[in-house]
Amino acid sequence: MTGTTITDIELGEAEQFLYREARLADAHDYDAWEALWTDDAVYWVPAGGESATDPTTQVSVLFDNRSRIGTRIRQLKTGKRHSQSPNSSLCRLITNVELLGDHDGDTVVGAAMLAVESRDRGTTIWAGRCEYRLRRVDGELRMSWKKILLVDRDRALNTMSFLI
Amino acid sequence: MTVTNYDALVRPDRVHGSLYTDPEIFAEEMERIFYRTWVYVGHVSEVPQPNDYVVKSIGPQSVIMTRDRAGKVNLLQNRCAHRANLVCDAPRGNTRAFRCQYHGWTYDSDGALLGMPYKQGYDGVIEKSELGLGRVPRVAEYRGFVFGSFAADGPSLLEHLGSATDAFDRLCRLSPAGEVAVSAGWLQHRVAANWKMLLENETDGYHPQFVHSSVFQVANSAIGALYGESSTAVCRDLGGGHTENDLRPEFRRLGVPMGWFGTTADKVPNYVARMRQSYGAGAEEILIDGSPHVMIFPNLFIAEIQLFVIQPLSVNQTVQHVTCVQLAEGEEMNRRMLQQTIGSVGPAGLLLADDTEMYERNQRGVASRLPEWLVLARGLKRERIDADGHTIGNNTDELTLRAIWRHWLTLMDPMAEGTAA
Ligand code: FES
Ligand SMILES: [Fe+2]
Repeated sequence: MTGTTITDIELGEAEQFLYREARLADAHDYDAWEALWTDDAVYWVPAGGESATDPTTQVSVLFDNRSRIGTRIRQLKTGKRHSQSPNSSLCRLITNVELLGDHDGDTVVGAAMLAVESRDRGTTIWAGRCEYRLRRVDGELRMSWKKILLVDRDRALNTMSFLI
Repeated sequence: MTVTNYDALVRPDRVHGSLYTDPEIFAEEMERIFYRTWVYVGHVSEVPQPNDYVVKSIGPQSVIMTRDRAGKVNLLQNRCAHRANLVCDAPRGNTRAFRCQYHGWTYDSDGALLGMPYKQGYDGVIEKSELGLGRVPRVAEYRGFVFGSFAADGPSLLEHLGSATDAFDRLCRLSPAGEVAVSAGWLQHRVAANWKMLLENETDGYHPQFVHSSVFQVANSAIGALYGESSTAVCRDLGGGHTENDLRPEFRRLGVPMGWFGTTADKVPNYVARMRQSYGAGAEEILIDGSPHVMIFPNLFIAEIQLFVIQPLSVNQTVQHVTCVQLAEGEEMNRRMLQQTIGSVGPAGLLLADDTEMYERNQRGVASRLPEWLVLARGLKRERIDADGHTIGNNTDELTLRAIWRHWLTLMDPMAEGTAA
């Protein structure tokens, strides 16, 4: 990430993409959400400590390649993913959106996230700093990377089976 | 002292719901189980160098596992001998001395008090050698797995583990060097349920087909069949509250090296070659048999390629700590095992999130007063004894739950008449 390369994605367009991604995840619109990813996608939630720097030697809460994103979505769609049946009721805010630079031609976008999840267990507040990499594919924006650094990542976490 | 009549709450074929909800029973479980028997704390590979430390727990208590300058592993309480401030706040590190933030008392990595500021004020009123960090009185390890016991006397760790030592041996045999490491960090999964819901679930072979059907459906996993009606796998009471699902009969029927890991030998050629180098003709059996699925009472679950550590916090709050086992000289396997671990367990795991949902629903259910009892009767009439004298049952039977409760009762009520025994 150099922060200097010019990419063809403007802040406003990036923001609209992030808001849409958040809305689809909140609505459990699995197909539409899955369609936002590129074929080389990485979806990553570090567990804290060293996990945030090396997911290949340390356990992460979530470290999906494109294939596992697909498996995750198919599991949710079976209707027997008990930890999402019934679905969590969700509302998330995406804010502090900034263009942070470029990564191999993808636009790097930073944002802050605050999600409220309601389940029978109770209400959980999830907050974190997100990093996305966006790319234009056939004229449409797609994301190739989403990393969420939870503020609670060093502590014990509740089950997090919705699409964060 | 207790007035609870545990004998009346644990029967051979059922247990009373209050055992999961009564805070007094929880408090007594901490005293009689977590602060008396052997409890798993950590692995020597988490503190490889002198002065390395890692913060662990025994039940709700914070315990620092250190390797002192002499190389010995210690379990120290995270509590200053002065006024009880926490002496260690980083989760892990390496330090020559723990320095309390409150008044600056410092401690050696073996827990001894090194000194304090303005020490003249203490001249003649305290004896430094008597003031160190609290120590877990007994520390012992088996194959690198470190256990602690707050009881100064009692059965040795080997006596406590009994025939469950075999599980550690089997796990270590999967490494070409005969050793495992715990180096992949930990997931911490918070669960709003009593710790025994987790303990029972780990070797309950009845639930996977139902709780995990969504994964079996989408991931083409063969795990489900191991827990089916026609599976030749068995569950076993190892004694001492330790229980297992022995999947070897199915893997042996399959007879394919690496079948236990859902892969084939050609996918991990370097690993298989190293194993054959290390174990010669014995390698085939190891590669076919695979890893154990054993619950070491009360808090360590060896789940094939993962370690789970159950930490009770209160009667209805528990943390399940999870990591991926790493095999010494098994790099090719380690990467795959890590990937599989991240996918299946932890707060977002395709498998464990659903188990956790079950524990939590169970805990909400048990708050209802009636019918009062939980049933553990499955397979009671088809229990049998194996060649080693262990009681075994079909893999879906509740034999493991009965074994856990029978042992629990001997700890909680040594005078129990033994209706459950
Ligand atoms: S409490 Fe630790 S130095 Fe006073
Ligand atoms: Fe399960």
